[in-house]
Amino acid sequence: MSVVDAKFRRKPAASDNYLAEILREAIGGPEPEMALERRSFLKLGAGTGAGLVLGFVLKPDGKASAATGASLPNVLNAYVRIAPDNMVTVYSKGPEIGQGIKTAFGLIIAEELDADWQHVRVEQARINPMIYGNQGAGGSTSIPRNWISLRQAGAAARAMLVAAAAKEWNVAAGEITTLNSTLLHKASGRSLSYGAMAVKASAMPVPDANTLKLKDRKDWRLLGKRYSGVDNLKVVTGQPLFGIDVQVPGMVYANYTKCPATGGKVKSANLAEIKALPGVKDCFVLEGTGVAAEVMPGVAIIANSTWAAFSAKKKLKIEWDESGAAKESTSEGAARAKQIAAGPVPKPYHNVGDVDAAFASAAKTVEAYYEYAFVAHAPLEPQNATAWWHDGVMEMWVPTQQANRGLPQIASIVGVPQDNIVMHQTRVGGGFGRRLVNDYACEAAAIALKVDAPVKLVWTREDDMAHDFYRPGAFHMLKAAVDKNGRLDAWQDHIINYSPDGKSAVFAGEMAPNHFPSGLVPNLRYAQSLISPFLTPTGAWRAPTWNVLVFVQQSFLHEVALAAGRDHLEFLLETLNRDGAPAAPPEPARPDSPPRVPYNAQRATDAVKLAAEKSGYGQAREKGRGLGLAFCYGFGGHMCTAIDLSVDAKKHITIHKIIVAADVGPIVNMSGAENQAKGASIDGLSTAMGLAIDIDKGRVVQANFNTYSPLRMRSAPEVEVHFLQPDFIPSGLGEPALPALAPALGNAIYNATGERVRQMPFSKLGYTI
Amino acid sequence: MFHLTVNGTDHVIADDLDPSTPLLWVLRDTLMLHGTKFGCGGGYCGACTIHLDGVAVRSCQTPVSAVGNKSVTTIEGLAAADGTLHPLQKAWINYDVPQCGYCQAGQLMSAAGLLKQHPNPTDEQIDLAMTGNICRCGCYNRIKDAILTAAGKAPKVEPALLSAMEGNGHVGG
Repeated sequence: MSVVDAKFRRKPAASDNYLAEILREAIGGPEPEMALERRSFLKLGAGTGAGLVLGFVLKPDGKASAATGASLPNVLNAYVRIAPDNMVTVYSKGPEIGQGIKTAFGLIIAEELDADWQHVRVEQARINPMIYGNQGAGGSTSIPRNWISLRQAGAAARAMLVAAAAKEWNVAAGEITTLNSTLLHKASGRSLSYGAMAVKASAMPVPDANTLKLKDRKDWRLLGKRYSGVDNLKVVTGQPLFGIDVQVPGMVYANYTKCPATGGKVKSANLAEIKALPGVKDCFVLEGTGVAAEVMPGVAIIANSTWAAFSAKKKLKIEWDESGAAKESTSEGAARAKQIAAGPVPKPYHNVGDVDAAFASAAKTVEAYYEYAFVAHAPLEPQNATAWWHDGVMEMWVPTQQANRGLPQIASIVGVPQDNIVMHQTRVGGGFGRRLVNDYACEAAAIALKVDAPVKLVWTREDDMAHDFYRPGAFHMLKAAVDKNGRLDAWQDHIINYSPDGKSAVFAGEMAPNHFPSGLVPNLRYAQSLISPFLTPTGAWRAPTWNVLVFVQQSFLHEVALAAGRDHLEFLLETLNRDGAPAAPPEPARPDSPPRVPYNAQRATDAVKLAAEKSGYGQAREKGRGLGLAFCYGFGGHMCTAIDLSVDAKKHITIHKIIVAADVGPIVNMSGAENQAKGASIDGLSTAMGLAIDIDKGRVVQANFNTYSPLRMRSAPEVEVHFLQPDFIPSGLGEPALPALAPALGNAIYNATGERVRQMPFSKLGYTI
Repeated sequence: MFHLTVNGTDHVIADDLDPSTPLLWVLRDTLMLHGTKFGCGGGYCGACTIHLDGVAVRSCQTPVSAVGNKSVTTIEGLAAADGTLHPLQKAWINYDVPQCGYCQAGQLMSAAGLLKQHPNPTDEQIDLAMTGNICRCGCYNRIKDAILTAAGKAPKVEPALLSAMEGNGHVGG
């Protein structure tokens, strides 16, 4: 595609385990070296009259790049452009999936640049991981991963503008200040706009990124205020933004039908009959790669409209060979798990202290069995991708969360070098982890190879519900001991996971050894049993593993506190401030990992105390009303959720208020941050209360939003968000406000009714909202 | 042959179109109006909400043959002809309602239908009118606040700041 790509190409990592990467980055631990030496800025399009365009490249040898802008395609790897008309354009390298990074990235650069926000535009950067590095969004890592580099980009551009003005005015650079896209020389009263200096600035030497002084927090002018999302005007006027809105001249429309039981192959299909239907242009079988994250076997229908393809699909008759397909049923799994839980605890995979001795000498022991269902991501934009095979290039428009991961897969499917895959990132109509997988893009590419036109593949909602990478359900047999001082002394969690092969848990099902309360209890034992075979694909769902484990852990901790005769708040704070901290992750950090945000007992304490204070913890409440608390450390955040609710005799819940006390460090965009915390709480509530995916003989039972119905407005309570903003690196907020919702809800229900909820969704116990 | 009036413009739809085709797909694939969204195809999610003679309906459940002489309004036609945004659109921007944004066209059309019927809606009227619209990102607090603000109630928070992309601060209240 370009000289640059060849020069700076990085081979895809041998390990393609995206979830492991996300979890490693999210779980915290010691801070690695910030890889500053690997980054150097370069200017692009110098002398072309385009103004100042700055980007940087990552070089494989870790040394500063000596490349000049002259050999680079203009704007290809830009981070910021200042035009002679004073307009600042910031290029957002990550996908906008609703988490607000397009606005946040723009703000971070604009802050260091001292730009006037009303003269800033943010554009989606091109997909080119060789130049931009990781362009995915997952694990709430976008902000911490890019926090330093984006500020450096803004500061470098500002330094070049200052240098140009210093030359223009013949004064020292140190005498020049900047404000709202204006250069000022106070001593002489002179000023110049950024636009006026843009072309001259592009002739200035590019500063070394490591020598740039970034602003002190007290000098921030933009960050921390409320900003409207930069694409909001387009959203509210219905302008095309999303993958499904892509229109390419001469385009045809496709749908793809796979076996409802994962792994089924096409034996035969009524292809001729389908081809004869009105509007249908072609119908053919794809063998696929046999990998669920790529292309499974199925039948493609190509038509002159989406509706023609969908209508033909209803008449499609496929005979499947299901000999190797999924056959499991979740009802059988649940029965089997109960038997396993009643049996002995297997050899632990994580063991600290002497759990048996602690149980033997305990003042009190508590046991409980918890379980949670599978759930679907169900983003509102159905899976789709547009692919056009032309001139030896597979050109694609994809609403993906993780283009990096899709590129090598698609290159392999198409059979061309990765440079021949041109992927355009579209806005994404909801991620939630679903679009970390690029299966729909792989399918579109495989279909496009056989079609002499651009093809837009659109799944039906039923396709989406039947072919997700589900959050796995699992089961926990827990036992805890309280010592004679009423403190938590031992914790044992026997997790029962589904497994494809009887060797390890399904993807995203493992409980890491450092999960709560690891490091906070003297005696700890984690053991695992497996139920296999289980072949339906599973995957990362918003706050993967935390979204279920925090429910189990924080609910059970409440049980233990009450069994010990202790006040929950006091017991929780005591536990969070015990001897150590959750252990560091065992895996080494990747070179481009975001800085670690380790567990911090003070931050945890402050978040819990703030939630307790704002929710009126400890106040007397009428019968049937209760307040529940739960804490979550995850994805760099220290979060506490408090829920005040009432439950009537028919188990109908009225939530008076949800309070979220959040510490993710300094806030970039207060409006966006609040939106994430509110949305994650509603998502957590929706899922905890009423969502479940059941699998019957390998087939997903739920098919659309009538049987899998996310929470609606009439059931959505008010969420009040409070941010603590201590001086730590900002961490992400897409996920950490979600996990504590479910246990806070369950704890509140217990406090209101005396009935313990040990199962998600709560609707299985008769609760409604 | 079908005649459709969409956002004030008359369209003639070709003969070979299946009369049972949902209006949603005529809008999206024939008229290239992509603002109206496909979410479920079953009338459950509300992403495809449009107006027929000012009344909010699900375009995925409306066969094109059933439209008749009724005037169709989509999200692209919610603003005034001179481009002045509908008060709901302004409130959506000023109070930064969207997250992923995919459902918002449908939310806005349902809300606009509500305000036509009830210019000063109660909380209950809002819940009733909006309950057919799923927001997977959970923006319900802000959707409700924005509807109330557009209906003239005092906003709960200060308006968000705007960049060059939302109109240089000229969106106005």
